[in-house]
Amino acid sequence: MSEVKFSKEHEWITLDGDIATIGITQHATEMLGDIVFVELPEKGSSVIKDGNVGVVESTKAASDVYTPVSGEIVENNQIIVDDPAKINSDPENEAWFFKLKLKDKSEIDSLMNKEEYEKFSKESSN
Amino acid sequence: MESKKTALNSLHKKYGAKLVSFAGYEMPIQYSKGIIEEHKNTRINAGIFDVSHMGQLFIKGEKSLADDLEKIFPADLRNAKLNQSKYSFLMNEEAGIHDDLIITKVERGFNIVLNAACKYSDFDLLKKLLNNKYEMNLSDELSLIAIQGPKAAEILDKLINGISDLKFMNGNLFNYLNESIYITRSGYTGEDGFEISIKDKNAEAFVEKLINEGASLIGLGARDTLRLEAGLCLYGHDMDINKSPIEANLKWAISKNRIISGGFIGFEKIKNQIEKGVNKVRVGIKPEGRIIAREKTSIFNEDDKNIGEITSGTFGPSVEAPVAMGYVENSFSKINTKVFLEVRGKKYPASISSLPFYKKSYVKGANK
Repeated sequence: MSEVKFSKEHEWITLDGDIATIGITQHATEMLGDIVFVELPEKGSSVIKDGNVGVVESTKAASDVYTPVSGEIVENNQIIVDDPAKINSDPENEAWFFKLKLKDKSEIDSLMNKEEYEKFSKESSN
Repeated sequence: MESKKTALNSLHKKYGAKLVSFAGYEMPIQYSKGIIEEHKNTRINAGIFDVSHMGQLFIKGEKSLADDLEKIFPADLRNAKLNQSKYSFLMNEEAGIHDDLIITKVERGFNIVLNAACKYSDFDLLKKLLNNKYEMNLSDELSLIAIQGPKAAEILDKLINGISDLKFMNGNLFNYLNESIYITRSGYTGEDGFEISIKDKNAEAFVEKLINEGASLIGLGARDTLRLEAGLCLYGHDMDINKSPIEANLKWAISKNRIISGGFIGFEKIKNQIEKGVNKVRVGIKPEGRIIAREKTSIFNEDDKNIGEITSGTFGPSVEAPVAMGYVENSFSKINTKVFLEVRGKKYPASISSLPFYKKSYVKGANK
């Protein structure tokens, strides 16, 4: 498993061969508040980097979910669809959103590492 | 314009509030534990709400005041007993709602609690409607604190003896640390509870004591999920100047005597709507599954015809399901009617539901 990378839309991504696992960050869940609904991209669908692929809703509002890389969805996480509160309790492990087969591995390069993301999220919340 | 602060502003910050601008005030949307925890805590324990942004208006006057207020409000005010509260409306001639409010008969006059966003315009309008005849004071030195939940009475009683004897929708003066404070048994969460009008300078210490006795602070976010589960309207969303109390399904709040006797602003329209019915009416709506239909979501019938719009919608933490309210054409307002809600371009099944979504647990005296 590769190093975790992060997007400016507050997604995290890990790589296992050409399969990427994607979720939203702890910081994102803190901004969203209690999550009560999630809509994930369908298995088999093709998604494009930075495209809108789903929705998370808190008690307050709905927010779009983006994908930081392009590819074909190979799995989505039914556990969080059935129990969206898991996204708040364990966003960066159990509550991953979807897995996709990468189209262009070089898309990963533009993403942030942990240190860069922490700096970015601190600045963006100020 | 810079937001005003209530007397509890620094206390909100101390308890980790996320502050937002609301009706011209900097108010807590939630505290550190989050909306769902706050919501549940109010339902099983007791929650404290800073509602000091709301208007606290006192109008001074004797018998003629009740007569004059009855020319404005559709409530039975001449017969109101001392310390009795009524839920009512300030309407225009078309029965459109300027504001919904609680009016309480007190010694030497009436207290009226108004929505924050409407309070200054309400004041000006009431002054005009009363021809400047009475002394009116919209307080700028009183906080308003609500404590709501099954343990509210027990907790408040530890600070103010005798509070448990208050009946629902009744108020009284109580002594607290040399201050005479006015407390009503009322609220907007579907729970038993109280609203405490206390001087700004004493508010923070008072709330700290409530916290010490086991109540927790609750923000506007949970206030919204609580009132929606209880089927209660939020002004500016579920009711406004373009809707009448009849359309808002609030006929119960208009005194039966006053429907007969009339003589209040909007009476002709109300009478007409009661006799002939209305085109659109407020209903509860329960989406199937987990889909949340928020304000402005379009409602369709089974033949794909647009029949109305959602005015409030969220996830109800106590009913553990999405809940909503909205207006639909009258012929689709029957309980269990199947409808469809268009969310992000897709139509999801839902049904018309009775209100409240969450069963109330008001104290005895509630329906007397």
